[in-house]
Amino acid sequence: MTDFNRHPSSYHHWQLQIDGDVAHLRMNVDPAFPFKPGYELKLNSYDLGVDMELADAVQRLRFEHPEVKALVVGSGQERAFCAGANIWMLAESTHPFKVNFCKFTNETRLSLEDLSKHSGVKSLCAVNAACAGGGYELALACDEIHLVDDSNSAVSLPEVPLLAVLPGTGGLTRLVDKRKVRRDRADVFCTMAEGMRGKKAVAWGLVDAAWKKSQFADKVNARAKELAAQAPAKADKGIVLDPIRAKVDGATYTYEYVTCVVDAGARTATITIHAPHGPQPKDGPGYEQAGCKAWALKCWRELDDALLQLRFDHEEVGLIVLQTRGDRAAILQVEKDLLAHRSHWLVNEILRHMARVLRRFDLMARSTYALVDGDACMAGAFLELTLASDRVYMLDDDKVHAAVGPLSAGLLPMSHGLTRLQNRFLAQPEHAAKLATDQPALTAAEADEQGLCTYLLDPVDWEDDVRIALEERVSMSPDALTGMEASLRFGGAENCDSKIFGRLSAWQNWIFTRPNATGDEGALTRYGAPESAKFDWRRT
Amino acid sequence: MSTVDLEAKIPNNVGLRDNKRLTMALEKWQPKFLDWWQNVGPSDFNQNEIYLRTAVGVGQGGWAHYDYVKMPDYRWGIFLADGPADRKIHFGDMIGESAWAEVPGEFRNRLRRLIVTQGDTEPASVEQQRLLGHCCPSLYDLRSLFQVNVEEGRHLWAMVYLLHTYFGGDGRDEADAMLERHSGDQDNPRILQAFNYPVTNWLDFFCFTAFMDRDGKYQLSSLAESSFDPLARTTQFMLAEEAYHLQTGENGVGRIVKRTGELMMQGQDPRKVGAIPLDVIQRYVNFWFTGSIDLFGGEDSTNAAESFANGLKGRYRESDGIYKDPKALNANYVLEVPTEDGKISKQEIPLRRAMNAVLLDAYIADCKRIVERWNRDLEKLGVKERISLPDKKFHRYQGVYAGFRFTPTGELIDEATWTKRHTEWLPTQADRDYVNSCMVKVTEPGKFANYIAPPQHGVNEKAVEFEYVRFH
Repeated sequence: MTDFNRHPSSYHHWQLQIDGDVAHLRMNVDPAFPFKPGYELKLNSYDLGVDMELADAVQRLRFEHPEVKALVVGSGQERAFCAGANIWMLAESTHPFKVNFCKFTNETRLSLEDLSKHSGVKSLCAVNAACAGGGYELALACDEIHLVDDSNSAVSLPEVPLLAVLPGTGGLTRLVDKRKVRRDRADVFCTMAEGMRGKKAVAWGLVDAAWKKSQFADKVNARAKELAAQAPAKADKGIVLDPIRAKVDGATYTYEYVTCVVDAGARTATITIHAPHGPQPKDGPGYEQAGCKAWALKCWRELDDALLQLRFDHEEVGLIVLQTRGDRAAILQVEKDLLAHRSHWLVNEILRHMARVLRRFDLMARSTYALVDGDACMAGAFLELTLASDRVYMLDDDKVHAAVGPLSAGLLPMSHGLTRLQNRFLAQPEHAAKLATDQPALTAAEADEQGLCTYLLDPVDWEDDVRIALEERVSMSPDALTGMEASLRFGGAENCDSKIFGRLSAWQNWIFTRPNATGDEGALTRYGAPESAKFDWRRT
Repeated sequence: MSTVDLEAKIPNNVGLRDNKRLTMALEKWQPKFLDWWQNVGPSDFNQNEIYLRTAVGVGQGGWAHYDYVKMPDYRWGIFLADGPADRKIHFGDMIGESAWAEVPGEFRNRLRRLIVTQGDTEPASVEQQRLLGHCCPSLYDLRSLFQVNVEEGRHLWAMVYLLHTYFGGDGRDEADAMLERHSGDQDNPRILQAFNYPVTNWLDFFCFTAFMDRDGKYQLSSLAESSFDPLARTTQFMLAEEAYHLQTGENGVGRIVKRTGELMMQGQDPRKVGAIPLDVIQRYVNFWFTGSIDLFGGEDSTNAAESFANGLKGRYRESDGIYKDPKALNANYVLEVPTEDGKISKQEIPLRRAMNAVLLDAYIADCKRIVERWNRDLEKLGVKERISLPDKKFHRYQGVYAGFRFTPTGELIDEATWTKRHTEWLPTQADRDYVNSCMVKVTEPGKFANYIAPPQHGVNEKAVEFEYVRFH
């Protein structure tokens, strides 16, 4: 099991310092503490372990430090802001690990942007020294980039010229979509290993400001204070996030609300998720009191952990089988209360968190089937999970019900901005809107009629048909399925976020496996090796 | 300024008269260079006549033309060493192919960076040394300082020539930026750290020219092997001048050591008569030697491997055919690497990745030789003490030993021991104050400050007493 729990008191690679309403997050990577042995994390280069701490820090800023209104992302090292993902780690890693690592990093970067967009914490990146590759991609995820102008420090994306791969965590997309750097300039920048410095970087829109070394710290701090002053106050005191740990028994992960059973032979994992039991908080202060124990937070943190376990520790699981359990009324009541108090800082954080976990589910590079049987609880956010699945198998039985909840109208958006109802009914937007407005409670037959299930199965066929469906799915090519699912899951227009993932799973995924990058004579393989790379010059 | 004037002002063998682009670029750059020289070059001596050597051609004797000249009127020239018309690449992956007369697009940025990094050191040292004229130990030494300064200026010209000729608008920007960065400037410092250290006295100066300029020699030597022919030929010519600077440093430290030895044998305490005790000299040697070896870059370096593989930088004297395998593909280099548990382990890395370490080894062997020479003088005088070269692991900020503490003899020690003992090994403020207090200005021909012995010979067969600088 991979432990994703981190805590600022035991970070190896970051320092989180809260200074009134400004938080300083400084990267100071311990080279001797890689996630896996075999490489050194020199020059503030990062690996999964470094990024897990960053993800933790951002999460704690949301929940534990509502007093913070601006974040400065900086470096604790004088000679390097960040050299990006560690090349030796990438060269040694398996392909699935590399892609999962990039995806996790993407999600962390997006969560940093989400912090700005929905939690009112503007972020400022203080680039005090060389900032390359993933380092610059981290900077791009902040609202503002301030670069030291010492005629030496540059921002750069050297992946293409040096390694024959792409900046894998949104660099290219954010350059043109978020910062709106002109495409020809972006082209020059992305093929120039040494990057750009000072005033030219400002002129080209690669950074927002460049300051002389002697002014740098003052300018950054002053700007951070300005940003903090513009943000409304939320609260003085946060809640404490306890670690999330499953009880692991063989291939069964048991949490309070979630269990995940891996069947390695069948290459499936069954995730069972439970609706709240027992009394739940009714309002903001109630949630503050309940802290991280409230279902609305805990259940989703558990699901998040289970998804990450599957990604990193069970690469061969091809199909996730989703089962929902528990009391429909209980989950709908919680959602009603959350909606009513969504202006409360903590309720807002809980809702945003739920949405992020649902997006992580959308982005699993595994097939996902939801089984809706007589014990199922296809209601509210669990209905969202069900609709996030590639297929929904529903039992045609009186005991089966489905209920659209109050959050489905827009509080749990997918990466590309649509609700799951809108995404499902692209051809009938009015139908999606009606379901979201009416929030109907439906029988199995009605749910089928409304388009909420793929197959409505007669009880006599249920067991056989489900078994065959699962067996058929896991027999197909994992590569083709990943590509197909990523294409089908997100209908409609793209946005910056969805492009980032789309480009990762399409282009980067492909380039990583091409001989020009990772063949025996490829540039990533040969990086630092005595001989230069050799390319197959045919364009594809 | 007209083209004709520029041609007269700039001795060259690069066809400046016919090269419109270069002429136009230099017409813009030259006034900026002169401003720079006036503002941050040698302070206050620009109206004096200095007996200087000026390079006027690359033929025999052409680079050693002596006369009195005022420094701002010095003719900074542009010269390429002669070379065969069809030079072949003699190392790396492209061995046997023709050397490049133009910059290959593939290596443009990397070559530009190499040239800028080298070029940046040239004006940097002039800036570092700008106040030393005010406390010169003799006219002979004052002349040496200015000779070094104007030639470092010329080396800047040599690098600017390459940037202007082969790197377009980016090259012109970089050439301007080399006049905008300043040694020790907090906001806009020189690229390499050791070129931001203050050089406040003549012991600093001689250590600097002995060690840092010697580093320059080895860096230039590796560029002199380059497949980019104009770079190779430019640096080959620079090496002839650089040799003089090394001599200035080697002799200068040697003369200070010798003077101290003489006083000791006369039963005098050097400290009481304005001379510099051997332990202080040792600490200065420790400081500047280690600062200079940091300039070689990491011992294990993928950049170095790439530069070798691509034929941009070769090994010291690569073209003399002294290495068995000009591709350096099938050999390893054994590197001593400190481990977390406080030990040193031997690690084999591919030879190409160790190219910085290989160059460094050649450099250290050279430094050992000059220290032995100083010690021979002490031995002749009957002095028992010796100057020693610290271990290469001592006092490092770059490479595999950075972040660890070592004694000058190369034992790994902990931070507490370092804190307690580093003042034994590196110059203290008291040392600097004392050495600065020894700096008396001596300008009477043939006279020398008491901390330094006169040289064996004068310059260009002139007497030691010759009036090397005319103040009237």
